Amino acid sequence: MYVAVKGGEAAIDNAHRLLAETRRGDPSVPDLGVAQIREQMRLLVDRVMTEGSLYDPDLAALALKQARGDVVEAVFLVRAYRTTLPRLGATEALDTGAMTLARRISATFKDLPGGQVLGPTFDYTHRLVDFSLAEGAAPAPAAEAEPDEAACPRVTDLLGQAGLLEPSPPDVGAPIGDLTREPVDYPADRALRLQALARGDEGFLLALGYSTQRGYGRTHPFVGEIRVGAVALAFTPEELGFPVSLGTVEMTECQMINQFQGHGAVPPQFTRGYGLVFGQGERKAMAMALVDRSLRAAELGEAVVVPAQDQEFVLAHCDSLQATGFVEHMKLPHYVDFQAELDLVRRLRAEHAARAAVPEEAEPQESQPQEFEEPTRREAAE
Amino acid sequence: MNPQVTDTDTGGTGYNFAYLDEGTKRMIRRAILKAIAIPGYQVPFAAREMPMPYGWGTGGVQLTAAILGASDVLKVIDQGADDTTNAVSIRRFFTATAGVATTTRTARATVIQTRHRIPEAPLAEGQVLVYQVPIPEPLRFLEPRETETRELHALGEYGLMHVKLYEDIARHGHIATTYAYPVEVAGRYVMDPSPTPKFDNPKMDDCPALQLFGAGREKRIYAIPPYTRVRSLDFEDHPFRVQSFAHPCALCGAQGVYLDEVVLDDAGGRMFVCSDTDHCETRRADGHTGEAA
Repeated sequence: MYVAVKGGEAAIDNAHRLLAETRRGDPSVPDLGVAQIREQMRLLVDRVMTEGSLYDPDLAALALKQARGDVVEAVFLVRAYRTTLPRLGATEALDTGAMTLARRISATFKDLPGGQVLGPTFDYTHRLVDFSLAEGAAPAPAAEAEPDEAACPRVTDLLGQAGLLEPSPPDVGAPIGDLTREPVDYPADRALRLQALARGDEGFLLALGYSTQRGYGRTHPFVGEIRVGAVALAFTPEELGFPVSLGTVEMTECQMINQFQGHGAVPPQFTRGYGLVFGQGERKAMAMALVDRSLRAAELGEAVVVPAQDQEFVLAHCDSLQATGFVEHMKLPHYVDFQAELDLVRRLRAEHAARAAVPEEAEPQESQPQEFEEPTRREAAE
Repeated sequence: MNPQVTDTDTGGTGYNFAYLDEGTKRMIRRAILKAIAIPGYQVPFAAREMPMPYGWGTGGVQLTAAILGASDVLKVIDQGADDTTNAVSIRRFFTATAGVATTTRTARATVIQTRHRIPEAPLAEGQVLVYQVPIPEPLRFLEPRETETRELHALGEYGLMHVKLYEDIARHGHIATTYAYPVEVAGRYVMDPSPTPKFDNPKMDDCPALQLFGAGREKRIYAIPPYTRVRSLDFEDHPFRVQSFAHPCALCGAQGVYLDEVVLDDAGGRMFVCSDTDHCETRRADGHTGEAA
């Protein structure tokens, strides 16, 4: 006899206990420390902070440990925690031009004030597996030099002086939107779009940015500059009235420069796409800059024809938590709706079979699918 | 963890009563009031990131959190059942964060959060039915852009939907929408009833209970106030009809209820039982039996 399924609560408890044990793995292998993740899985930590919209390397490392290394799950933990934090206010605008640089490159000039600084990069490494790492070999000490005190202005500021590059829009003191506190109202302005892109899934933005390079909304981009380093954060408490330093955050900024023909009152000049992420995340910053420029199509008088130019398409689908939640919710029970669909498909098939049978004599019963021999459901009043 | 306002801290959890801070609850309550004032209209709200995934009921959970009081009695169902895993999970969330009483009995509950079903037992005045909604926009699959659908709603321009239903009839001989069947609320807005089977649509009409709909990922709240006209879209020559079942529930013998089809073996064996587990249990306790009981 059939007995309705029960025991969901015990099953959930047991599943979570098993998860905890599985997360730990073989207990004879030493437990992974949060500091180890923070220091040695730094790029992963950076990505979790960026997509989690919260700069806290220790929390991101802990989230990665709890999430068994699943990036989206770790982002989820960070975001759910972030939601509970009070908003004290907004900091002063970051001055990335005054960044303490770990890396700075420009693809548009051979040399420029401040120079090209490669810094810690995978670029030009040969991707050969280093088996000595498995033995725990310590790296040779890095070369050292005196810090260069010379100013290192942003390339966009250098080009901008000649009017070749569109200037940054002036700061008119407009209120700062926050897409985590207000629902997005389309069309969204550029500041909100950049917020969404900064939180957006790296893989999604990478593919979209790539699509613009392959002809789906070409923007003729050049990397004006990528800079990685520490930026000072300043906050002006109301009771003081002057900015106080809160410390520094590691960031990666990408200024993409794009060809633009000009139109009407606007002379030909280069336009910009912008990317900014926590930590070292060049791939994400570059992809973000490509997509940002692409999303400016309407503003720059370009036809909106491809996905990367369509802000409702991009903004509504770039968030990894929203995407994973809705995709993965399909594993929740849907049997009530499926029952309704079963009913419809059975009925349509029965009618289809009846129509097919009309020209000749009625089909023999054996050839009919089983569900039609004993129709269990029918439409009321039909 | 370091949450904000803790004026009604539940004690052990460190979180505010029913998890959300009071500022967020106020924002949601305002959206609810607006939704009640404009039946069927989708009110944007600043949905928070909840500690459960989008698509798993975050909209419903935020509505429930915003309206729940200490004396409320909560029932949570998924697919009509109190013991499906996500219903269990959400019920435990509120037990832990709000400490409210819970029940599986429809008649005893003051707040019922649901996914995909409306209980079989008629709801009463004073009860609130909270729906979890994945896609609040009934026109979404006809026109994906919100900037467009917003205008269509503003103009009351629902021709697209009627054409879709007509095309179903032309192609299949029926309206091929079996769940999330669009309704017109209070003679004005066309609304998605959430993916309940169309079997449940008539229960929404003139219902004494307040019906609230929450879509967390899509950041929308909408409502049907008590005793509001809710009409399923149809045509004069193709009137709206609900599913009916050839057999009664195999456990309690109920007729005119929505049934789950349970596969018994690999030889085509099937049985049909009530989707609403409370309705089935109540009937069996009252002495009703079906052929398999």
